[in-house]
Amino acid sequence: MTAPNPPVLLEVQGLVKHFPLQRDPLGRGGGVVRAVDGVSFQVRQGETLGVVGESGCGKSTTARLLMHLIDPTAGAVVFDGLAVGGRDLGLKDFRRQVQMVFQDSYASLNPRLTIEDSIAFAPQVHGVPKREAIERARDLLARVGLQPTRFAERYPHELSGGQRQRVNIARALALQPRLILLDEAVSALDKSVEAQVLNLLLDLKDAFDLTYVFISHDLNVVRYMSDRVMVMYLGQVVEIGDSETLFEAPLHPYTRALLSSVPAMDPDHRTERPALTGDPPNPINPPSGCRFHTRCPHAEAVCAQRMPTLGVRHSSRTVACLMHEPGSGHSGAPALEAVA
Amino acid sequence: MSGAADTTTFVDIRNLNVTFTGGRKPVQAVSGVDLRVRRGEVVALIGESGSGKSVTLRSILRLHNERRTTITGRIQVGEHDVLGLSGTQLADFRGKVGSMIFQEPLLALDPVYSVGAQIVESIRRHEQVSPAEARRRALALFERVRIPSPERRLAAYPHEMSGGMRQRAMIALALACRPQLLLADEPTTALDATVQIQILLLLRELQREFGLSVIFVTHDIGAAVEVADRIAVMYAGRIVEEGPVATLIRAPRHPYTMALLRSRAHGALAKTADGKRPRLETIAGAPPDLAALPLGCAFAERCGLAIAACRQSRPPVVMLSAQHAARCLRTDTTAA
Repeated sequence: MTAPNPPVLLEVQGLVKHFPLQRDPLGRGGGVVRAVDGVSFQVRQGETLGVVGESGCGKSTTARLLMHLIDPTAGAVVFDGLAVGGRDLGLKDFRRQVQMVFQDSYASLNPRLTIEDSIAFAPQVHGVPKREAIERARDLLARVGLQPTRFAERYPHELSGGQRQRVNIARALALQPRLILLDEAVSALDKSVEAQVLNLLLDLKDAFDLTYVFISHDLNVVRYMSDRVMVMYLGQVVEIGDSETLFEAPLHPYTRALLSSVPAMDPDHRTERPALTGDPPNPINPPSGCRFHTRCPHAEAVCAQRMPTLGVRHSSRTVACLMHEPGSGHSGAPALEAVA
Repeated sequence: MSGAADTTTFVDIRNLNVTFTGGRKPVQAVSGVDLRVRRGEVVALIGESGSGKSVTLRSILRLHNERRTTITGRIQVGEHDVLGLSGTQLADFRGKVGSMIFQEPLLALDPVYSVGAQIVESIRRHEQVSPAEARRRALALFERVRIPSPERRLAAYPHEMSGGMRQRAMIALALACRPQLLLADEPTTALDATVQIQILLLLRELQREFGLSVIFVTHDIGAAVEVADRIAVMYAGRIVEEGPVATLIRAPRHPYTMALLRSRAHGALAKTADGKRPRLETIAGAPPDLAALPLGCAFAERCGLAIAACRQSRPPVVMLSAQHAARCLRTDTTAA
């Protein structure tokens, strides 16, 4: 980041999304999937916030809630100081400033529109005359590395996956947004193509003063792209911090396990034992207390009873773990007076 | 990894060509692949989508639709000439000599039978044992792949299991008839990071215990490094470089392998002095159309070192050491 303390662009407060499960005709089933359960964070102007976690941790649901593609059960999204979805900042206005790029580059384009029409579609909805919108679409195609003369009139099925994802990025840029949510945007691409798209994203961020929320399960890519990283587990945030510090010295036991699960690329020092056993539990009936206690090597009785709070611990690191919460009752926790 | 690997070749693939003829134009998915795997050895086939790695693997069990596929060359597994096997011989061969685990167990397992029933069926298809004995072996397998509460899980249907557990169940099914060759097609790609490493370590453990020969197809070099003795890199239907894991990772000599390793975000973490990230090195362009392969080296179009000769004919195999080979005319310029 360039400025020491850029203003907060996006603030998420206590976001909750519960999906009710249907009962069958005999009244069995029911219950709720706690996909996102009390998530709060901030994104500062000009930074890239990486979001990591395993399937079912709620990272994509969080992205959809941010865009109001689905309605939250509780919680608020504040953009640039204005509450989203209310009288201050209507959805249409908000979505002009915040755009999203999805994982499946093919499913997210209309197959019956040429790519220039796809890119020019949203600006026209927002009142830009057609000619101007098409002209801008062609400029954007050039910006994302697709020659307008060759590509503008093609249909999505005529492009490769990497080219289609460039089109999706151009479309996201068409409204001159300030924030872009990238939800596994490079995950479906081959490595050599992925590198091209990551470079493009970094260039565009500089050129258009963008802010990114970068969601991915690929930890190497998140580390490369992000200024700060947020780690999620079963619908909750377990740790947020500066990217380098978090990857070098993770505090939460889950973050540590997740990072040590990445193959080391060193044939002389192969992983000898997995950091965790078993699969992540089901978010329908998440474990009590700390949700990670069922797989945590440091869990004690208190972890099953008490839910840790996400708090700022030593040197501005934010972590939700009883081991780092003063006076929590965990034998590894610092004493109360230690933090004055 | 497997010091036990003896020197006898178990899988011997020579000049394998696979052409799909179902579409408008024939697609040359595999062009002249030579690959040998010793008993007890793990070879990883890596490459990007369309490189022919899965097609090569599936040819070993002849899983391609025979009416729309032309396969030429030779595939020898032990004493079996795979391409010459009759229908019943092929059915005996699959599962008993060589078996396969797939990327998506939910699609590979039968949804209407319990997992236990599928393992029992497989055992009884190949061996004359009582149902009770087959069931006992299925239970032992479930314990071996560390499925929790194995007794209960044998009665479970595939959709009732989590992704990691399904993959363990498929490994148990693949090993049910004690094959000597295990073919793994991206077995951990659909799994989360913390589960992926568990499955990789389990495969490594089982491979050692049973002395299996393994061909492991993946696009993830990191996963390959965790399990393989040797790596073969494929591009546009050809093996372009092959060598021991350490050599291939640390001193690759084919320009494609070198570019592939450099393009990973893994290596480019240190920020430069002004706080910016170094740009990732990319490979310009895209792989060639398999329906219209160039005459010469398929990578020449994207290669910074290509000379006129690269485009004229297919580069021969250059032996860089006894174990390390590359199909490239410019290996003299790629030495570190």
